[in-house]
Amino acid sequence: MSILINKDTTVIIQGITGREAVNLTREGLDYGTKIVGGVTPGRAGREVYGVPVYDCVRDITTRQRVDATIVTVPPRFTRDAVFEAIDAGVKLVVIVTERIPRAEVAQMVELATLRGARIIGPNCLGVLSPDEAKVGGLGGPAVNVRRAFTKGPIGIMSRSGGMTTEIANTLSAAGLGQSTCVSIGGDAIIGSTYAELMPLFEADPETKAIAIYSEPGGRMEAELAEWVTAHKSRLPIVAFMAGRFMDEMPGMRFGHAGTIVEGKADTTADKIERMRAAGISVAERIEEMPGLLKERLARAGA
Amino acid sequence: MRFYEYEAKALFGRHGAPLLRGGVAHSPEEARRIASELGGPVVLKSQVLTGGRMKAGGVRFADDPVTAAKEAEAILGLTIKGQTPRGVLVEERAPVAQEYFAAITWDGRAKRPVLIFSDMGGIDIEEVAETHPEHVAKVHLSTILPFSPYKVKEAIAGVGVSGNDLTRLIPIVSALVEVFLRYDLTLAEINPLGKTEDGRFLVLDGHVDLEGDAREKHAALLAELGIGTEETREARPPTEFEIRGAQVDAADHRGVAGNVREFDGDLGLVIGAGGGSLTLFDAIRKHGGRPANYCEIGGNPSVKKTCELTKLILSKPGVKKIAVMMNVVSNTRVDIVARGVIKGCLEMGRTPSETIAIFRIPGAWEDEGFKILRKYGVEYCDRTVSMYEAAGRAVAKMRAA
Repeated sequence: MSILINKDTTVIIQGITGREAVNLTREGLDYGTKIVGGVTPGRAGREVYGVPVYDCVRDITTRQRVDATIVTVPPRFTRDAVFEAIDAGVKLVVIVTERIPRAEVAQMVELATLRGARIIGPNCLGVLSPDEAKVGGLGGPAVNVRRAFTKGPIGIMSRSGGMTTEIANTLSAAGLGQSTCVSIGGDAIIGSTYAELMPLFEADPETKAIAIYSEPGGRMEAELAEWVTAHKSRLPIVAFMAGRFMDEMPGMRFGHAGTIVEGKADTTADKIERMRAAGISVAERIEEMPGLLKERLARAGA
Repeated sequence: MRFYEYEAKALFGRHGAPLLRGGVAHSPEEARRIASELGGPVVLKSQVLTGGRMKAGGVRFADDPVTAAKEAEAILGLTIKGQTPRGVLVEERAPVAQEYFAAITWDGRAKRPVLIFSDMGGIDIEEVAETHPEHVAKVHLSTILPFSPYKVKEAIAGVGVSGNDLTRLIPIVSALVEVFLRYDLTLAEINPLGKTEDGRFLVLDGHVDLEGDAREKHAALLAELGIGTEETREARPPTEFEIRGAQVDAADHRGVAGNVREFDGDLGLVIGAGGGSLTLFDAIRKHGGRPANYCEIGGNPSVKKTCELTKLILSKPGVKKIAVMMNVVSNTRVDIVARGVIKGCLEMGRTPSETIAIFRIPGAWEDEGFKILRKYGVEYCDRTVSMYEAAGRAVAKMRAA
């Protein structure tokens, strides 16, 4: 088992003829992902590594089931592409594109919520379930993915795409495989936060523990800590917090509205304290994560 | 990117928000002329992109044009938190009976804009939010449904404002919301929004922050307001080193050498990617190292880009060595980064084996990369050495040097 994606997930790529998307197609196919089609307006009839290209998402969804899409189109076309996918009934939208203004991201998220779709990203490397499927750039070429990611009981959620691979690699080297790894994206507003993905991991019998990579900014860690406490989660969580140096160089405040909405700045020290109070172990270094996870798994009797 | 007060007010004014009469002066003489045109007591405010102006002496009052010129001179010569004022805003003084607060910003958790209104505005608004929450109304807005002014009405009425005040405030606060939504702002704030003794409302001070990623989309507005494309408009103006870092990144579209920031240490850092850089910078400091810079390379930067970044860092006075480190990479080619940093060392007349304290980038094409590093005698490590340990080796070499 896994969350979000598995062997049977059918995937399309929007913007498939772009340079990066062509790589994603190659890597995904090599890893065994069912990439069933791609969309680039005006390029219908072409193929990318044997994957047929269409003008519209509906050209594919009217022919067959599409579970997920990888959106790679440039920032100024991303909202349109995401609306098109959601409108055509695609329920999992992975947005790789970065530098999308947050007002547009918020629109995509609001529409997704109304239509029962889920967004991962933007500005992320996607989702990877070892030995099942790879939806996005996580891990790079299939041969590299197999070196770093192995199947097992740990769910990974990370605000950094690169660090998702670093952590998976560290866990794999210590004999801890992964159920599903999610690069959730690094922007101020993202489709799915830690707390929003927790219920999925919670419901996945294969997942026994969670590893999290975290950074300064936002309230996502506070939200996670509240979720874990409120739902008495069965899953032990081990987190790593990067960017602690930024506590010593707070950006000068501008206006007052931000503080009223979010309260005082949530420094990395604050985040660590909140997470620890909710029973989340916080590693000082990445290489401590496997040991902490094993300890927590043993204590949980898993 | 932040707007100066006079720009924020100009933007609000275009959408119908009531402003004080006034103008921006760049010299005492200009301030005198504006004050005499206004004909009465004036307030003079330093135009800087930071708070705390009042405390720093950047806000002064004058009853006549001659005093206005004198006060303007004092303000123009006053640096506030490292910022030289862009000018002095000279405005008429209005007799204010009460101060309100109105702002729209993003609520990251709700993933929606939130409108905040208070009848207890002014500099202590944050304290008010904690001590008198019933005087601070928050209303979330849809990003899909068209904006409708009843949302504003609910917020204002929510703190107990009714009668003529309510009906006069609705269009002003609605204008603020429209500006926020139309221009991809991350903050639109009027504080204080003053009510005069005769019942008029006036924008006394305003803040605007526009999303950096939406800059191009609103190029026309920025041009009309006279905001140059080269202005970063951040809390701290970029240093010469940082400007050159941005130039290195912009000169070549292949890959990223982003967020180049200057620090005062002696160990140069060629690190990536985003999360990896944060992790490595922490690790260097934990080992007692002193970074000369921060940066985020990634997205498979070209040899040229890595080379130029290396040269920039090595040209910084006091930089003895560089550490080249990343997390396990997915799309960046190890051999290309290796070539780039070695070329950078050589072009600066530095010996790579002595200059590169450690190279730790595992991932695609690592065997080819390691081969090049061996040829130049550069110490490298693969994924069996953690990021923390690699940082430790770099710091140890600095100590031994």
